[in-house]
Amino acid sequence: MTKSPWTPSRRTILKGLAASAASGALATPALARARPIKLGFVTPQTGPLAIFAEPDNFVLDQVKRSVGEGVMINGTRHPIEIIVKDSQSSSNRASSVAQELIFDDEVDILLATSTPDTTNPVADQAELNGVPCITNDTPWQPHFFGRQGDPATGFDYTFHFFWGLEDIISVFTGLWDGVATNKVVGALWPNDPDGNAWGHPELGFPGAMAQRGYDLVDTGRFQSMTDDFSAQISAFKSAGVEIVTGVVIPPDFTTFWTQAAQQGFAPKVVNVAKASEFPQAMAALGDRADGLSVEVWWSPHHPFNSGLTGQTSAELAAEYEGATGRPWTMPLGFKHSLFEIALDALKRTEDPTDPDANAAAIRTTSYDSVVGRVDFQSGPVPNISKTPLVGGQWRLDGGRPVLDIVENAAHPDIPLTAELRQIG
Amino acid sequence: MDILNLLIQGTLLGGLYALFAAGLALMFGVMRFINIAHGDFIVVSAYLLLVAVLTLGLHPLVGIALVTGLMAGAGYLGQRVLLNRVLDEDILPPVLVTFGLSIILQNALMEGFSADSQRVPAGGFDTASLSLGSEIAIGLLPLSMFLAAIGVLGVLHWIFFHTHLGRLLRATADDAAIVPLMGASNAHTFALATGIASAVVAIAGTMLAMKTNFDPTIGPSRLLFAFEAVIIGGLGNIWGVLAGGIILGVAQAIGAQIDAGFQILAGHIAFLVVLALRPRGLFAKS
Repeated sequence: MTKSPWTPSRRTILKGLAASAASGALATPALARARPIKLGFVTPQTGPLAIFAEPDNFVLDQVKRSVGEGVMINGTRHPIEIIVKDSQSSSNRASSVAQELIFDDEVDILLATSTPDTTNPVADQAELNGVPCITNDTPWQPHFFGRQGDPATGFDYTFHFFWGLEDIISVFTGLWDGVATNKVVGALWPNDPDGNAWGHPELGFPGAMAQRGYDLVDTGRFQSMTDDFSAQISAFKSAGVEIVTGVVIPPDFTTFWTQAAQQGFAPKVVNVAKASEFPQAMAALGDRADGLSVEVWWSPHHPFNSGLTGQTSAELAAEYEGATGRPWTMPLGFKHSLFEIALDALKRTEDPTDPDANAAAIRTTSYDSVVGRVDFQSGPVPNISKTPLVGGQWRLDGGRPVLDIVENAAHPDIPLTAELRQIG
Repeated sequence: MDILNLLIQGTLLGGLYALFAAGLALMFGVMRFINIAHGDFIVVSAYLLLVAVLTLGLHPLVGIALVTGLMAGAGYLGQRVLLNRVLDEDILPPVLVTFGLSIILQNALMEGFSADSQRVPAGGFDTASLSLGSEIAIGLLPLSMFLAAIGVLGVLHWIFFHTHLGRLLRATADDAAIVPLMGASNAHTFALATGIASAVVAIAGTMLAMKTNFDPTIGPSRLLFAFEAVIIGGLGNIWGVLAGGIILGVAQAIGAQIDAGFQILAGHIAFLVVLALRPRGLFAKS
């Protein structure tokens, strides 16, 4: 979507609308309810990314309950209206529902989560049309540089908080250091934005691995949704690989891990992002899930509290499991924190109906959320705030996958809950 | 040794592709229409097996038999009630209807089973293998998929060439307009063909359910390889489907050996080469 010629004047129109709304309110001060503040939320509720959206309904209910009648902004209680749109796991769709939220629903703040396919198009629309936007759950490099962000100037309206590639490298190598191996690592990096970034010779894993004395066996970028990994397995076997790493979708990892067992390939450490992030995917592996390790962005063990409900991470996870009957997942904390940050900014804004005032309030965020401190001044580049990343390992408890925290070198405030074990 | 291993694994993979392709080939052969929802039918069968094994607690083999029967019945009825109405000279309506079915099925599964990635536990069977020397191991699950493919194609061959129904199906494939003149009902024949194809789809889907994870949206990606296997093997030839699947599987295995990035591409290139040299496929009926 290119910038339409009338876009520059849109802000003027919005301001006019806001002014007329304000004057309307002034005309009948005794009876007037303050103008509702609209939050537009874009999330992949259907399609391949739908597993990220599983906590949506729970989080939305919880936020609505906490907000109740509304939020006090400058002495006036404003009701909060949340409009949810499904991205259908497609970046084109995410872009068009973001436009609907901006032009038809005229939301005051846009929110989006879960992978570059959702956060990038929504943030692009927000920046283009001058609507404040908060996103999370995409590593910051694909979000910032994927949108041609300039580290010198940043963005005017869009803010993002999550960890980055440097964190995952540090966590994964930390996990490898924890087990005695021959330091030969086999990589499963698919031909997609994640796989290419991770396998990038300088910015990705290969450079960091060489520095730390790990040998890399990389058979090339494979296509996702492949049915056969025997070429990779035989290459790993003949090179004596003892550590397997990668970023692979769940069906591909199951195919790989099942074939590895058939072919008698038994590495000591396996950490594969994406595939091992969700307990549902681990349950599908049965006994073979035991000992797999993964990066952890949020867990009930994180020593952070929600500023919205006052709950600890453990209490939030417990309430989720009780209310839905499903195991907690990492996106739960991030969905929750997204609304925490939006509501915090609204409480501090000078004028909740003015996009520039809201953007200024978000920019000066310094808030302790359930995923840790969010502060957009502190990031590696403007408009970005980094959240902590640690390493975890799956253990089977009565057939149920349980995630232990086993690596916290960069964030010792997040306690270890178990020792790293070798697989098998 | 590497080459031998590669050929074995590629061939076994070909069995899976042949299994995916057989139902598609049958429907195209008899009715000349491409079922866009083929991949989603496979996923539906996978979910049915999941319900049979995890919810009803049946043995996987009993589950497979049950799902196969259910799918055959559903296929027959679906063809009678829905698809027969859109079969005509124009090839577009059935394609559009099955495209719509594909979207409806994906969303219905999403509603019923959520987006969670599922798998049917196969005990230790999925990770078990036969060891042939130190270098080569054949997984029992891939092997049984390959044997299932041969079994399914064998049964189809027998139906086609040794039964009254087969004669009817072959006659309908040759000229659907003439068959009714001889007193047979096209609607019934078409529905029987779809019923048999759906039974084959059920076997493919239940095998997939044990092989790897599936979720409601995974179907369409299964359609492409099935389609290529049919085209490589040649339209209208039952055993051509197996040959097509094996060529695709081995091409992918060889591609992956050169570079993992070539794996899928090598399959597509094999498909293109066959299409360029023999547009009707390797073993097309004259």
